[in-house]
Amino acid sequence: MIARLIEGVSRRALILIAVFVAALAIAPVFVGDYLLTVLILILYFSYTGQAWNIMMGFSGLLSLGHALYVGLGAYTAAALYVHFGIGPWIGLLAAVPLAMACGAFMAFLAFRFRVAGVYFAILTIAFAEFARIGFDHFGWVGGSGGFFLPVAQYAQNDLWRLRGAPVMFYYVMLAATVLAFLCCRILLKSRMGYFWLAIREDEQAARAAGIDTFRYKMYAVMISAGMTAFAGVFYAFFYNNLFPEQAFNILRSIELILAPMVGGLGTLFGPIIGAFLLEGLAEGLRNLLEYFGIDIPGTKQLFFGAVLLLVVVALPEGVWPWLMRRLGFVERKP
Amino acid sequence: MGGRRVLPKGPSVPVETYLNVATGGILTGLVYGLMALGLSVIFGVVRVVNFAHGEMMTIAMYIAVVLFAAFGLDPLIMLVPIAALMFALGYLLQRGVINSFITRPEYTQFLLLIAVAIIVVNGLLIVFGPDARNVQTSYAFDSFQIGKLIVDANKLYAALAAIVVAGTLLGFFRFTRIGTAIRACADNYTGAQVVGLDVNQLYALTFGLGSACVGAAGSMLVLIIDVTPQVGPVYTLLAFVIVITGGLGSMPGALLGGVLIGLTEALAGLLFSPSAKSMFAFGILVLVLLFRPQGIMGKRGA
Amino acid sequence: MIRKSHTDTRVTRRTVTAGLSTSLGAAVLAGSAPFNIVRAQAAALKVGVLLPRSGYQAGIGQQCQQGVDLAGPILKELGYPALQIMNADTETNVQVARAQAEKLIGEGAQLLIGAFDSGQSTAIAQVAEQKGIPYVINIAAAPPITEQGYKFVFRNFPTAVRILSDAFTNQKEVFAQAGMEPKTAVLLHVNDTFGTAMQKGLEAMMPKFNMPYKVIEQIAYDPAARDLSVEISKAKATGAEALLVVSRLNDAILLTRELVKQRWTPQAILSMGPGWYEDPYLKALGKLADDPISFVPWQDPNKPLTKKVEAAYKKAHPNDSMNTNQVYTFEALMIAADAFKRAGSSDPQKLADALRTTDIKNNISVGPGIKFDAKGQNVDLANAAIQNRNGKTIVIAPKVAAEAKVVYPMTPYDKRG
Repeated sequence: MIARLIEGVSRRALILIAVFVAALAIAPVFVGDYLLTVLILILYFSYTGQAWNIMMGFSGLLSLGHALYVGLGAYTAAALYVHFGIGPWIGLLAAVPLAMACGAFMAFLAFRFRVAGVYFAILTIAFAEFARIGFDHFGWVGGSGGFFLPVAQYAQNDLWRLRGAPVMFYYVMLAATVLAFLCCRILLKSRMGYFWLAIREDEQAARAAGIDTFRYKMYAVMISAGMTAFAGVFYAFFYNNLFPEQAFNILRSIELILAPMVGGLGTLFGPIIGAFLLEGLAEGLRNLLEYFGIDIPGTKQLFFGAVLLLVVVALPEGVWPWLMRRLGFVERKP
Repeated sequence: MGGRRVLPKGPSVPVETYLNVATGGILTGLVYGLMALGLSVIFGVVRVVNFAHGEMMTIAMYIAVVLFAAFGLDPLIMLVPIAALMFALGYLLQRGVINSFITRPEYTQFLLLIAVAIIVVNGLLIVFGPDARNVQTSYAFDSFQIGKLIVDANKLYAALAAIVVAGTLLGFFRFTRIGTAIRACADNYTGAQVVGLDVNQLYALTFGLGSACVGAAGSMLVLIIDVTPQVGPVYTLLAFVIVITGGLGSMPGALLGGVLIGLTEALAGLLFSPSAKSMFAFGILVLVLLFRPQGIMGKRGA
Repeated sequence: MIRKSHTDTRVTRRTVTAGLSTSLGAAVLAGSAPFNIVRAQAAALKVGVLLPRSGYQAGIGQQCQQGVDLAGPILKELGYPALQIMNADTETNVQVARAQAEKLIGEGAQLLIGAFDSGQSTAIAQVAEQKGIPYVINIAAAPPITEQGYKFVFRNFPTAVRILSDAFTNQKEVFAQAGMEPKTAVLLHVNDTFGTAMQKGLEAMMPKFNMPYKVIEQIAYDPAARDLSVEISKAKATGAEALLVVSRLNDAILLTRELVKQRWTPQAILSMGPGWYEDPYLKALGKLADDPISFVPWQDPNKPLTKKVEAAYKKAHPNDSMNTNQVYTFEALMIAADAFKRAGSSDPQKLADALRTTDIKNNISVGPGIKFDAKGQNVDLANAAIQNRNGKTIVIAPKVAAEAKVVYPMTPYDKRG
């Protein structure tokens, strides 16, 4: 099985990947709490980027409302924890199916009624907005006033309840990102992965070739939604507060897609490179501005917009494919 | 909140309140319709999904605010110059950047315009700050009373202006050569080229017109609401809801959709909880997308 | 108990001067730079001040900052030790507030102050408690913040419950002064952390107070709403005599405009939140701003320190009026300085213990002084009733702090020339 996984990947690439992961693994030793938080954010966006990529990059379904699944995951786990004392890992068992069901529902409606392209994207936005306003009025989880998880001091790291120092969260996210990466790799190389590729390139032809496009598109949506739900659970327990206005916001959805878009749609490393590039550059920019005493809100987001524009215009395939060619890797982009 | 009522249920709402609220909704809806008209024109012809639509309107609103603050010029009077400015902006945007994206996959178009939208919103934030700005004209507090009906003067003026501009635009497309050429382009891209129409020029013109439309709508809207950089995305979404509901590519449909959404929001706010009124707009959108994707007045396959 | 902290030795060192910070940008880009901090025995206490300096609450953040600026020289005069202020911007955003709190602590803040907004303050409180750094809340009314059993969070601001109960008491006094009272009222409130807390508090507390009016309808509106005509239509349609409102500054202006346009002047506008008394409201609406009554935490104009601070404020800002924002931020700094003086060290646990035994009688806000109970809440704070009169705000209740009598009922909007 491992052989199949690394089939087509050059030795050079494998070594670099290993070094990269190792570097990430020991980073906390050298980095302070604040930078650790930045890294956590980077890994978070890498992870969600991977999840989103399954829908868009692999299957060609543009979702601009992915924050829906983050929010659902977050609120489910948080509600179970606050109201019933159920830990996040068990909460995950409820959050993931819920998100998958939601995704399935939306996908079913969309595919059944042949909503595609821009209409599909708008449908995803509508669902997310619906959830946002709905949760604003959902008193049991705090409504618009916000939902707060009880916190405790960093005295020990409680992995079971996800209470503890940033280091713990860092490793959780790192593990998740690595797992997501492997998962996506496996999916890509599987039969389903090839079906997705066919659907993305030309759905009509795929159907003509006998692929049950409805079914496989549903799978794509559900897997993507389920994966994203974990990010939501993490979000809830890391930030300890949830506001519908923030969690389901369309800006959150757009933020999510920036990393894979910039990094490289449909590639495995795209979301990761994208996340590092965007957050890293943003932090650098913020520090540079601070150095000059310029502290204007909106500069970071403006920067993101400019980067996105640049990438869309000049590097439409994303940074990673371009970088790959430079570095001479063989990882074939499907 | 929401459903549980600890305090006694309020008295029933008198008829004139419904009337007042409905009137307000319709008037505001006309302005929404004008805004959506711009989007409809752009999509109907150029086939570009303008995710920066609301943001462009925000630019127009800020221009109106600045002009008013500096020179005391009423936005309705500045309508034409502002629309002209936005026309130029739209034209250049299309000609310069968007044109090359027409042949590219759809999602790259979205992303291009999303990027533009992000840049605009945050650019405005940096320049103007987050505080709400408004235009306090001499008639800002006026209203007309006809019997039991109270009509907000600002909304009335804005709505009238919207009707005039929409009418002008419709007339343009119906009765002028360029208008007909643009419509030909929309109906049959290859055919239009065969006949010798400069499609790129027409596209740019159309985008310019759509932007002018939204610029005019902005000048009117600034009388009704205060502007912050964040209103852009809200109105982009609203414009989409309206255009899809009314029918993509149908101009009367956009106006109808605008009025419908304005009315629904107002009445929903009255009957249910005002803080949930946007939910209804999205509910309608979902229903339309599923059951009548061409919208109320759209043509199938548009 | 020695707090195990991760941040002590592995943070990039930054020197802070009010507002500016120099940083090693390159080091950050490179990813890390191990530096050993020598925890200097600072003469001044490093106080991190978190305020909304951008975002829609920016105006308020500015006002709070004025309180900070006033505090410096006056606290020195009163004999308090020096404070080194580290500024941060919450950007009116909960997650940013949280990140900034962590950043300040990482940069060596020994005490935090902030953050005006209930949601943001809750997030900061979580961080402060996690890291064991004392946090003095200047303004935030949501009750749950001091109900979590936190050991490091202190709030010198009344909770929503207290604001409401004082509001009810003061309202009765106002009605007595006026010789008139409304029989029905409609509650209009913003749908955010603060507004919802007030609405819930109202439901819980009203039955205990025997108010002369019944709240016949509650209307919640979206804080991001830009058009409040439907809300006012609905409120007017209830036929209520008085309008109870919990809103923000912008909403206050919008609501008033709608009231004028829809030709409805309630018998009284009773506001239990910010907005209706703030300078921008008064300036934007001119004559139309007069007469609403706000029931809010406020300065006691009759206290000696108040007079001193007001004089200093007038000198620095001749065209503006002092309000809750400057007052409570000033007091938060005073509390920090006082605790630092008594603790004699900047050790967070010692500071927290000192804070717990705070007892300041020479303060500015209404009430007997500043003291914290076991939960970290100052339960003695009283609220005042103020009314807008000719572009200024004057205190009309409670008696001990009053400056004048109330004008009641409201002058109809269309008769205000």
